[in-house]
Amino acid sequence: MHPAYSVILFTTASGAGYGLLALLGLGAALDVEFPQTYWFPLVALGLALGLITVGLLSSTFHLGHPERAWRAFSQWRSSWLSREGVAAVATYIPAGLFGLMWLGDWDGTMTWQSLGVLSAIGAAVTVWCTGMIYGSLTTIRQWNHPLVTPVYMVLAVSTGASLFCPLMAAFGAVQPWHIVMAAGAMGGAILMKCVYWWSIDREPRVLTIEAATGLGRRGVVRQLEAPHTQENFVQREMGYSIGRKHAKKLRAVCLVGGFGLATSLQALALLAQGPLQTGLLAASIAPAAVGVIVERWLFFAQAQHVVTLFYGKHFA
Amino acid sequence: MTSLPTAEERSGKKLGLVIDLDTCVGCHACAVSCKEWNTQGYSAPLTDVDAYGSDPLGAWLNRIHTYEVATVDDMPNRTVHFPRSCLHCEEPACVTVCPTGASYKRAEDGIVLVNPDTCIGCKLCSWACPYGAREYDPSHGVMKKCTLCVDRIYNEHLEPEARQPACVLACPAGARHYGDLGDPDSAVSKLVAQRDGYDLLPQSGYKPVNKYLPPRPRRTGVEDGAAAEPKVLEPIAKGDGSLSDRFFAWADQVLTR
Ligand code: SF4
Ligand code: SF4
Ligand code: SF4
Repeated sequence: MHPAYSVILFTTASGAGYGLLALLGLGAALDVEFPQTYWFPLVALGLALGLITVGLLSSTFHLGHPERAWRAFSQWRSSWLSREGVAAVATYIPAGLFGLMWLGDWDGTMTWQSLGVLSAIGAAVTVWCTGMIYGSLTTIRQWNHPLVTPVYMVLAVSTGASLFCPLMAAFGAVQPWHIVMAAGAMGGAILMKCVYWWSIDREPRVLTIEAATGLGRRGVVRQLEAPHTQENFVQREMGYSIGRKHAKKLRAVCLVGGFGLATSLQALALLAQGPLQTGLLAASIAPAAVGVIVERWLFFAQAQHVVTLFYGKHFA
Repeated sequence: MTSLPTAEERSGKKLGLVIDLDTCVGCHACAVSCKEWNTQGYSAPLTDVDAYGSDPLGAWLNRIHTYEVATVDDMPNRTVHFPRSCLHCEEPACVTVCPTGASYKRAEDGIVLVNPDTCIGCKLCSWACPYGAREYDPSHGVMKKCTLCVDRIYNEHLEPEARQPACVLACPAGARHYGDLGDPDSAVSKLVAQRDGYDLLPQSGYKPVNKYLPPRPRRTGVEDGAAAEPKVLEPIAKGDGSLSDRFFAWADQVLTR
């Protein structure tokens, strides 16, 4: 599948934003000691909602008719994309009220805590829907996999946590268990990604060009002539593929240079104090971002759509 | 509404095409006439970008592939031309994934359509179609697909015999047949039964309505009891060498010079 930059930006930015929002909301419910200043909710919630909003806006860039985007809220009964839109917009309500109450010194109240929980639920539901848009497509073997949606969830939490810890540290309020949680989530993401890649590499490729065309009973099939001289929409959108070697390198970049480095920096931060700790936590943001962007790029580039069989690929 | 019609809502009618891979000659006439009709019909416009340049791009609702089948018997390989358009599936996820309701399946005849006035061009439906039947129109910003010529088959302004899909009427080889595949007594259903018609990728679970008729096994001629040698035709008339005969032969030569 063609890795469209707007979709990669959307899913990674909004994923991190929803992760951060969920952690702030749950933190409120669990009586986490947040810094006692307006600046913290302003910066932290502002960052979370900013990332979410940038992501949502960028997702409309690839639409043919962005001005009709509101129509996408109507088909939540059948469509995961519609559900995602509804959940995304609905989450703004508790998240906005949660932020306003926090700024208005009502933090610590039951209402504020409940709004935090509602925001976290909204964030989780939205990311779940994003994952299901891909996970529910039976036309793409690498997406129609039970780990796809859980990976979206855990990456949202771990990238959100990679923002949460340095923010808390900058205000002098980070606790060791916050960092352990961030590193643990990232470790979980690494583990799940390894299992996922191992599994999609192993899965038998049962669909063939013979099965697709139905001409297998007469013998081995190959495409002699495409229907047209130039690549059409279907080939440009769904025919994108990258070589195995190239993919292997990128997987290493994602796991080692991305998530692995981020976790190591977070582990080091556990041993450090003060500005050094804050610096290490802040430094872990960049590799976490690199990791999740490469991961998302590969998620598209390594997905092979079954229609490629009609266009001459032998297996899918 | 992008939920599929329920079993009770469906009329039982399943309009669709039957495509004969044995007789298709790969002339692309159906694709061209499809484009021609639909650039002024329901899906209009169907403009190509850079149509006469080096990198043309545009939506076509019907495309013809050509495959080579390396045969298992010791006969030479054969070429199979393979038209591919929307199969108007009974359980199509291309419809249910649509967030706007622009994609829908009609309860009355099973035709799958896109409403060009409400489609936002998110392209998700094209990802959900296993058959590559949906093409995004870059010049119109919406998704396009075969309409089964819904604006011909019910069109009272056309002569009754012209109320058929444009591609079916255009096919010079009679390789495309249109009818109700939900009615076991229809001509198309009988053809499918008689010729062993099949579904493309039945594993998809989408239950395509359109059917494909497989290429017939090759004939060597021997099994028909006829000699494999080419037959020599009898001359229609033989000259008898008479004067008039030679005169006409001479006149024929002169006149055809
Ligand atoms: S062929 Fe594709 S576009 Fe047509 S109904 Fe089936 S899934 Fe939908
Ligand atoms: S491209 Fe149009 S028809 Fe297809 S899913 Fe999106 S809104 Fe629906
Ligand atoms: S039925 Fe009409 S729209 Fe569909 S392929 Fe034939 S000509 Fe094109």
